[in-house]
Amino acid sequence: MKFVTKLAALSLLVASFGFSNVANAKDSTKPIVIPIHNWSSQIVMAYVIGGIFESIGDNVEYVPADSQAVYESIRNGDVTISHEVWQSTFGKSFYNAMTKGGVIDAGTHAATTLEEMGVPTWVVEKGLCPGLPNWEALKSEECYKNFTTADSGGKGRWLEGPQSWHGDLMPERLKALGLDDKWTVKFAGGADALWTELASAKKEGRGTVVFNWTPNFTDAEGFTFIEFPAYTDGCRKADGGEGKCGSPKGWLKKAANYKFPKTHPHAYTIFSQLSFTTPQIGQMAALVDVDKMDHKDAAKQWLKDNEAIWKPWTQAGM
Amino acid sequence: MIEALRQKKYLQFILLVIFFLILCVVITPSEGNWFWRLPPLIKELPLIINNGVDYVMFDWWLIDVWDPDIEEYEEKPLMNQFTRSASGVVLFMIEFVREIFLGGVKTIVTFTGWDWATENEWARWPALPWTVVAGGAAILGYALKGPRLALFVGFTFVYIAVFGQWEPSMETLSFVLIAAPMSVLLGLLLGIWAFRNKYVEMVLNPILNVMQIMPHFSYLVPVVVFFGIGDHAGAIATVIFATPPMVRLTILGLKKLSPEIAEAGLMSGCNNRQLLFKVLIPTARRDILIGVNQVIMSCLAMVVIASLIGAKGLGNNLLIALNQLRIGLALELGVCIVLIAIMLDRLSLAWADKQVDYFADLSFVERHKFSLMFGVVFIVGVLLALIGSLVFKEGFNYLYLIPHNKGITTQDFWQAGVDWVWDTFFYALKSFNEWFIVEVLVPVKSAYLAMPVAATFVLAMGIGYIVGGARVGLAVGGFLLFIALTEWWDRALITAYLMTLSVLISTFIGVVMGTLCAQNPVTTRIMLTICDTFQTFPSFIYLIPVMMLFGVTDTSVLIAIVVYATVPATRYTIQGLLSVPPQLHEAGSMSGVNRVQRYLAIELPMAFPHMALGINQTVVFALSMVIIGALIGTDDLGQLILKSLSDKDGVGNGLVLGLCVAFIGLAIDQVLRTWANQRKQALGLA
Repeated sequence: MKFVTKLAALSLLVASFGFSNVANAKDSTKPIVIPIHNWSSQIVMAYVIGGIFESIGDNVEYVPADSQAVYESIRNGDVTISHEVWQSTFGKSFYNAMTKGGVIDAGTHAATTLEEMGVPTWVVEKGLCPGLPNWEALKSEECYKNFTTADSGGKGRWLEGPQSWHGDLMPERLKALGLDDKWTVKFAGGADALWTELASAKKEGRGTVVFNWTPNFTDAEGFTFIEFPAYTDGCRKADGGEGKCGSPKGWLKKAANYKFPKTHPHAYTIFSQLSFTTPQIGQMAALVDVDKMDHKDAAKQWLKDNEAIWKPWTQAGM
Repeated sequence: MIEALRQKKYLQFILLVIFFLILCVVITPSEGNWFWRLPPLIKELPLIINNGVDYVMFDWWLIDVWDPDIEEYEEKPLMNQFTRSASGVVLFMIEFVREIFLGGVKTIVTFTGWDWATENEWARWPALPWTVVAGGAAILGYALKGPRLALFVGFTFVYIAVFGQWEPSMETLSFVLIAAPMSVLLGLLLGIWAFRNKYVEMVLNPILNVMQIMPHFSYLVPVVVFFGIGDHAGAIATVIFATPPMVRLTILGLKKLSPEIAEAGLMSGCNNRQLLFKVLIPTARRDILIGVNQVIMSCLAMVVIASLIGAKGLGNNLLIALNQLRIGLALELGVCIVLIAIMLDRLSLAWADKQVDYFADLSFVERHKFSLMFGVVFIVGVLLALIGSLVFKEGFNYLYLIPHNKGITTQDFWQAGVDWVWDTFFYALKSFNEWFIVEVLVPVKSAYLAMPVAATFVLAMGIGYIVGGARVGLAVGGFLLFIALTEWWDRALITAYLMTLSVLISTFIGVVMGTLCAQNPVTTRIMLTICDTFQTFPSFIYLIPVMMLFGVTDTSVLIAIVVYATVPATRYTIQGLLSVPPQLHEAGSMSGVNRVQRYLAIELPMAFPHMALGINQTVVFALSMVIIGALIGTDDLGQLILKSLSDKDGVGNGLVLGLCVAFIGLAIDQVLRTWANQRKQALGLA
């Protein structure tokens, strides 16, 4: 008997390393723990993925978690997966946890992401900085004088996310591009601060340069990312380069605890195959942000409308 | 000349300031100059703490544990197993209470396992209909106090249900119903222990000091590492935050008792335990109750922060709402939190005030009338829910559980209010904001940063020495030395700059408002309720409107701090003024002083020691809010504490940064407390 279980365990192990045929392996009934962060697309996608897992009979549990601290929890097994690992914002936390051991890379979404400084599109239309989105436009005085604030000392201001997101990347970039006598960086405290700045700048009709990303709910209103010199591997200061480059077209990864393939082979196969595109993620966010639905209802709605997309993933694992 | 200097403290202060200014001018700012900035000698401390924690949690004393899921033995460290079992117990208790309100499967799973529960779909614990919970709570209020409390409690639950926040509110309530008693019990036990044993008190005192001032953000990561993520982690962080005042007030209450009471108990033949639980604690009830009140307030103040490490409920929904800039929704959630806080506070007060009637001779019905009433409410509620399931076809049974966000809502109204304020005041505020930043904030900030470290030490230690002698001076110096030897001295200066300005503004507003409101019992009561509200109202909510009006600037941070830190200044001013005996007022009036003279010459000096404690609390509140201000965007210690959530060395960084903040507070605490005690002695109050 013992031999048999050992054999089963071994076959599971083998199966999880690439052979997609995990036919008879049964998922544990222990709940799969999915983290909930504080932005719409992530929450809806959490319930969508949870719904897919439930459709194959697995138990699911949701737990609110800080989006940076969550990787430590995945490592310890308190949380099973993370389904939105943004390259430039969470890449560091993700790889830190991976180095310590316990987190595995469960594949990449089809959606590419961009995390970059930019302006609301109406700022471009209003001509507050002629020449945008090319970054050279930032050099002219008729541009940066429209972006000064009381505490920026006469320079234009970039409102960057908290320092925990990318450290000193933006100040270094300003310096490398020779813009540091015309622009300065202010670190905001969180995403709320960025959205508040967008809202109040719009009301006031004042120029603002903020850090933002896509896919995001701001896409709907129009947001123009500044085009910096193209990203090449190792061009950033932190990687030993000069720092004269913009952000890469980033990946959106999925992370999981190292035991997940063994405890829930079926669910893991689905999770590793599952891949959302930029429009799909946008749709999920829009159900909440535009249609003002509850996150759970939005997920149900999305699952109902898009069976053709997610049903095949569950089949493939069988 | 020297004689005069010895006598007159203000001369000493003037001399100190002159010396300080000379130092500021003489010392040149340069990297290598130790008078300018000390070298970061304990830079490695966070890393050491981190490695220590890692070792204990992941490498120390490995034991083989069978993992049934992957059917393998795994090497697991003992400590990890131990803390995880502890958190399992806490989690079970929270889930149990939660499922009484909301239903579920976790409690059943605990006894049968997931396999069984998944196969047997029927084995689900049903939720109580909201009508039953509301009715039952109202009966509880009636039984403990009377109809007015019953009405208030009932109103709270109906409000929550009608606004569609039933589920998150019950999640929060179940969390608080476990965290608060845990804090109270722990605080009571530690307090009694410290009361009986001098050494324990000596050890406990500094730890409590640090715990009370340390910003809660800084121990989130350690809690996650030790206890994992989820409701239990939130509860444990809350207990850490809420217990210190309970310990403090227990010790205070027990110490205040006159020896006659203990002797009376002994004479009646109490043994030690009876003496403690039947005589001393009931007599010290008043102070212990204030402790319970503080615990409840702190628990609800932590609801939002606890949701960062996995607590479900109102706090989490509030963060999400704010991220979508839905201030109206966030406001409604905030009101739910405040209502739950006030309700629990009133209920616990009523429970503690209730006297047992030992001589009543009651019939069965009289003795059990409340249980019987609850029985009736239960049956009616369940029947209503059944009827509801027939009436409402679309899946929402409004008489059973009102689904989340399907209730009525006033958020559009609040949203419109916020927009109106924006449209009306924006331009006036904007020019004020610009003036304030350019003329006040930026100069003060650069002045703080331009202070050489030697000058800062001379000034701070000098003040300590003048006020409280060499002991206080050295204590202040010790606290500052720790900060100066980390690599974060400049950050700490920025924190100090925000704190100083906000404490000055808060104290001014608090003293003025407190004085005005203390003149009349009605305004006093209103003001104290406002204080309660602001203390539990999640400060995150007003961060957004403030940011809308003042942008991502230090002005916003300052305003957010002032709103919060004015509470203790006001509260203690009122309490201090009320504690002045009326005989003194009359004695003053008889000697012919007018109202203003009486206030300035009698009431204010008499109330001063109390008010000094208020300022002390203002400092603590300001420091904790400076860290939350980091969510707006600052470049002080707070930003780094936030950053520690994602650092590789997060545990060590968070804790050391937290200690830095705590030490700023403790240095000020030393001076203020000594001063207040001296004044008390001089006035014959101590």
